[in-house]
Amino acid sequence: MNELARTQADGVRELIAFRIGDQEFCVDIMSVREIRGWTPATALPHSPGFVLGVINLRGAVLPIIDLSSRLGMKAADPTARHVIIVAQVHKKVVGLLVDAVSDILSVTSQNIQPTPEVSSELDKSFARGVLAIEGRMICLIELEALFKSSESEAA
Amino acid sequence: MKKTVLTVDDSRTIRNMLLMTLSGAGYETIQAEDGVEGLEVLARSNPDVIVTDINMPRLDGFGFIEGVRRDERTRAIPILVLTTESDQEKKNRARQAGATGWIVKPFDPAKLIDAIERVTA
Amino acid sequence: MDMNEIREIFFQECEEQLAELETGLLALNDGDTDPETVNAVFRAVHSIKGGAGAFALDDLVAFAHVFETTLDKVRSGQLEPTHDVLKVMLKSADVLADLTNAARHGDQIDQDRSASLVADLEALARGEGVSSGEKPAEAEPEFTPVPVMLDEPQSADFAPVPFSFDDFDDEDTAAASGFVVTFRPRAELYGKGNDAYLLLRDVAKLGAAKIACDSSDLPDLAQMDPEGAYLSWTIEVTGLADEAPIQRVFEFAEWDCDLTIVPSGDVSAVQPAEEIVLMAPIETPAPVKAPTPVITPAKPAASVEDSGMVPVPFDLSAFDNLTVADTIAPQPVAAPVAATTAASAPVAPVISIAEAAAKRGVDPDAADRRQGGDRRAAETVAPTIRVDLDRVDRLINLVGELVINQAMLAQSVNESAAGTSAINMGLEELQQLTREIQDSVMAIRAQPVKPVFQRMSRIVREIADMTGKSVRLVTEGENTEVDKTVIDKLAEPLTHMIRNAVDHGLETPEKRLAAGKPEEGTLRLAAKHRSGRIVIEIADDGAGINRERVRKKAIENGLISADANLSDEEIDNLIFHAGFSTADKISDISGRGVGMDVVKRSIQQLGGRISIVSKPGEGSVFTMSLPLTLAVLDGMVVSVANQTLVVPLTAIVETLQPEASKIHRFGAEQRLISIRDTFCPLVDVGRVLSFRREQADPVHGVAVLVETEGGGQRALMVDAIQGQRQVVIKSLEANYDHVPGIAAATILGDGRVALILDVDAVVAGSRGDQARPELSLAAVG
Repeated sequence: MNELARTQADGVRELIAFRIGDQEFCVDIMSVREIRGWTPATALPHSPGFVLGVINLRGAVLPIIDLSSRLGMKAADPTARHVIIVAQVHKKVVGLLVDAVSDILSVTSQNIQPTPEVSSELDKSFARGVLAIEGRMICLIELEALFKSSESEAA
Repeated sequence: MKKTVLTVDDSRTIRNMLLMTLSGAGYETIQAEDGVEGLEVLARSNPDVIVTDINMPRLDGFGFIEGVRRDERTRAIPILVLTTESDQEKKNRARQAGATGWIVKPFDPAKLIDAIERVTA
Repeated sequence: MDMNEIREIFFQECEEQLAELETGLLALNDGDTDPETVNAVFRAVHSIKGGAGAFALDDLVAFAHVFETTLDKVRSGQLEPTHDVLKVMLKSADVLADLTNAARHGDQIDQDRSASLVADLEALARGEGVSSGEKPAEAEPEFTPVPVMLDEPQSADFAPVPFSFDDFDDEDTAAASGFVVTFRPRAELYGKGNDAYLLLRDVAKLGAAKIACDSSDLPDLAQMDPEGAYLSWTIEVTGLADEAPIQRVFEFAEWDCDLTIVPSGDVSAVQPAEEIVLMAPIETPAPVKAPTPVITPAKPAASVEDSGMVPVPFDLSAFDNLTVADTIAPQPVAAPVAATTAASAPVAPVISIAEAAAKRGVDPDAADRRQGGDRRAAETVAPTIRVDLDRVDRLINLVGELVINQAMLAQSVNESAAGTSAINMGLEELQQLTREIQDSVMAIRAQPVKPVFQRMSRIVREIADMTGKSVRLVTEGENTEVDKTVIDKLAEPLTHMIRNAVDHGLETPEKRLAAGKPEEGTLRLAAKHRSGRIVIEIADDGAGINRERVRKKAIENGLISADANLSDEEIDNLIFHAGFSTADKISDISGRGVGMDVVKRSIQQLGGRISIVSKPGEGSVFTMSLPLTLAVLDGMVVSVANQTLVVPLTAIVETLQPEASKIHRFGAEQRLISIRDTFCPLVDVGRVLSFRREQADPVHGVAVLVETEGGGQRALMVDAIQGQRQVVIKSLEANYDHVPGIAAATILGDGRVALILDVDAVVAGSRGDQARPELSLAAVG
């Protein structure tokens, strides 16, 4: 189950932590290309609700995913204070809309606890463990799982 | 000083193999795609040895060799002929045209360098 | 440059040679008698064989060798290139192409087919047309490919060794101790670029050598020919068990000298031993004089060249380190070639900026008409360079950015109202320059459709064989150029259409004869430029579309109602509907369950359109038109529900401001607009794309009249028209996915992304036709 954590069991991993509402999440820093501010996106017809549209990233067309909505929480109302985490997932580059980036964490596999048994299926399919850092709980998200499912829904 | 080899072959593959082998062995290489270009290149360069193919468009290897031997300035340059066949007839024609020696294709790098060293000082 | 790259170059070159081969064979088939055509065909196969040998591609070498042997008979006039002969050769060219592909990708090929062609080729090589007394083909020496063993340079074994090493095993006689070599060059030796000094140097490398020069033949200075050969040498080599290495040294020289090699212990060494003269000299050998006594003088080596007359000692140690293995850098040649197939790194494809510059402005069809000799002349004209496709693509992308930036700059200047006339003039010039740069850059990637057309001739041959039909393919406008992005996607729809034309369009020979037509059917494949697009026509002289059967089928499939009143053209175009097939039994020829609807769909994906015109009894013409590039597009920028969209200009017939009196309700949802007495359905783009729920009031918007693939017209309702401009096409699929109703994206002057409308998909969507958007998704994959 804890596949990512297992494959990198020995090394120290760097994670980027970010906030959505009052919750904290993190993703592997290796997949993050850059972090940038929100710019209005061009809406895509017939797209799932969590796809906010596309923006121009230096000449490339970049889809923007409302991560809050994708994770089954309430849809974001993007403002200039929101940030976009530009990440590479599989061979595609996507922008993830979050409230704010909060931290960069260096952790080993010992720091990552298995995801607790929760009722929400959606959370379980993306969550790859939780971290306890200075009294906070940060949920590790696997972007591949996130995007694979968005792809199949869009198709 | 580096020795210079003129390679004349219409096949890009062979030209590149020659280039790779020769530069690996420390030779300078200049190239031509057929006999006509070979003579043109020769008019403005001074290679130590020539490696040429036989079957080429416009001017084949025999014609090219005769051209080289006809020119006072280039007639002493050793010429090695690349032949696919080890058959004697091709070699004989090449020799009659004035070839110094031959290399049987497919050549391995050692053979090629060996042949060049045998005809150059 | 490493072996993987060269291997890739080899396969690229093979493609070119195979194209050359096919072109040449087809020209011969059409009666071309230019000897250079036969030579070019021969050279193509010869080159493939040569390169394949270097990579130890044995199957390819073996087949190419048989093919080459037969072609050589044609070249030498021993075999007449009749249609039957050329038929075998064209099939052989196909097999050669298959073998090349198999070698490139490690695939298997149809061994039976290649074996049967080998038999055919060999039969031709020895069969009729071959002059009497000709040796049969199998009597020729077997061609053995020698694989390149790059990891293990072999320095010896250069010359054929005429005897076995076993003969020396019992180390009898003086053979072990050495040999005495006498060497008398003739003038020819020097005339061919050989040098006695170099030969002596190499003999000296073999072992301890004592070299003596005999200058007794030197004439008086007055009589001396500066190019004559007057010296001879005697070399005593010791510490050598075998004379083969000595023979090897003189391999290149043996024709042009008198040479004897005698074991040094042999008393008869004083006499030239006839039986070991390596090769009978051309002229009667001059009697060899008694050998000069072997002496060991102490003069520097250089004096050989100075005087040429004095026996010279050779410092053998100087050569010790000069072995062949040392002089070859091991690094680039480390791995055996055969093993690198799987691991071979992908090498960037290369396009050749061929002839393009020279051809620009020239009627492309005129180039087609040139034949044989003209072609050679033309080849000498335009110098070309080869460039990595990656570099060109990068340049095209950068110019795309430039176009966008220029548009953004123009827009900001307009909005800021800062534009003085000087600034505006500068901007205009910038725009013009940008456009010119873009056109020029696009022209670099433009390629003639020729290679794709050439592939079609093979498709025709194969299907003709399978269906037992006799077909002649005529091509026109092969040099018509189109962007490489389009070329790459052309082959698949074209293949289906060609298959369809032979399979369904042309009749069987019996039926043709009965109908008073020639037995052989003709398929014409033509390309030309027309109003900024490329138009490709596929015409057959077959039976034409059986409208009764199409109609019946369409009614059966529920495509049309039984009493529908359709024009001939509308009936013909029914064949492009999904799931439509007129063939009574499913044939695996016309395309593995793929119908014309898929062909149409894939052409639409390219921004193209296709139509058919058919005449009963005379045949059908399929016409497809495609944009010249998939990189830019001329579009109309419109707003719909606060979104900015781009409508491809090629689809637009006209735009109009609807008046209330011209709008008519039709049923619950549908509205029609009357345009010059015809009623045209309105399509609310905002609703089709789900940008809004409620229908917009057409009176407040603009109707964009578009032509759909079926030939009908629709009025697309948009809120406003912003203007026309060329836009750079950006893929949505690169980072996202296909979006129904949207062809691609672009970036406008304000830096924001705008979507480019897929007009046909939007129209289909408005009909509630669910199948089509889904189909397009599947096609994008």
